Amino acid sequence: MQRISKVTALNTTELRLHALFLQGIDGDAQAYRLFLQATAPHLRAFLRGRLRAWPDEVEDLVQESLLAIHHQRLSYDSAMPLTAWMYAIARYKLVDWLRRHGRRDSLHDAESDENALFSSADEEAGEARRDLAKLLATLPVKQRMAIRYTKLDGLSMREAASALQMTEAAVKVAVHRGVKSLAAIFREVVEDTP
Amino acid sequence: MKTEELIDMLARGPDVAVQRPPARDTAVPLLAGVLASMVLMLILLGVRPDLPQAVRLPAFWLKLGFSVALAGAAWWAALRLSVPGARTAAAPPMLATPVIMLWCVAAVALLQAAPETRAALFWGSTWRYCPPLIALLALPLLAAALTLMRARAAIRPAWAGAAAGLAAGASAAALYCLHCPEMSAVFVGFWYLLGMLAPAALGALLGRRVLAW
Repeated sequence: MQRISKVTALNTTELRLHALFLQGIDGDAQAYRLFLQATAPHLRAFLRGRLRAWPDEVEDLVQESLLAIHHQRLSYDSAMPLTAWMYAIARYKLVDWLRRHGRRDSLHDAESDENALFSSADEEAGEARRDLAKLLATLPVKQRMAIRYTKLDGLSMREAASALQMTEAAVKVAVHRGVKSLAAIFREVVEDTP
Repeated sequence: MKTEELIDMLARGPDVAVQRPPARDTAVPLLAGVLASMVLMLILLGVRPDLPQAVRLPAFWLKLGFSVALAGAAWWAALRLSVPGARTAAAPPMLATPVIMLWCVAAVALLQAAPETRAALFWGSTWRYCPPLIALLALPLLAAALTLMRARAAIRPAWAGAAAGLAAGASAAALYCLHCPEMSAVFVGFWYLLGMLAPAALGALLGRRVLAW
């Protein structure tokens, strides 16, 4: 019985997140926010369980995984389970971090179990050591301002476009490129911290 | 930074709705790679003069079919390896099938040949430059494949790079068929394969670096 209810719970998580994710892809910001908020505790529990020796790294990797999920949304093929896709991303980020820090002995802890990501949740958010403002400051000025106006200050596309004296299409491109560079910077910053 | 702040940022602004990148983002690198390989092939090597006669022979279609089948399987594998969580269990049998079939034909050819002609079936007359030429023709295609895959998310970058290299190598071999005078399945089963595996190895090395994200 217990096993059945666990499987049902995973299915419910899959269905709920899948619905929110697809609405988000279509531009529903509220659904997308709920999707990310529901995903973060699962990522945190999954990573915390595998980074027991490095608790300070957990929140950094949670954020890196969220940013990767955000940036790679196009790679999701709706024919396969969303949980399998997100698990693969989180595990890649974990293994990538372990490998780059020469912690090969811990690689075997990153065992393959697609259900591992969604069978537990951890709401207790730590604080990541990166500072968003500092990271943004390293971006080219157009990308930085496009992100700041549209994604932090909440200006509309039209307002951002006129403030930047760019077309709306150009603002979109700048935001896209900026988020892409941000994903790369996230990875490097984690690498540089001792 | 709090994770909630990051979520706020991600769930706001013009990139919440995903925009499919325009088709030219895929088409331009791919066409550039294919064109560069073809131009290399035509300028450097040229089409074999007896091509009209050769296309009537089954041996010509055997080596072309082998290269095309392997190229198809390797492109498929490269695409699957670019999607996190996608199943790739079908890739090894798909890749092995054309190789095993060709080797069966080669084994029969070797058994049926007179012992003193077997060496010629294996070495042909162009074994020295066949593998490096296939690898050379593969380079623009490998560059195109890696460019396209960089925009995706390979969770095993070395394997994804190897699949891209094999796809490039097998596609280059299909082009090289138009030049190559060799008609023996034994030759193709070793030297062609060697020419395809070289870019695959290069792809694995490069993939580790350029496909990481």
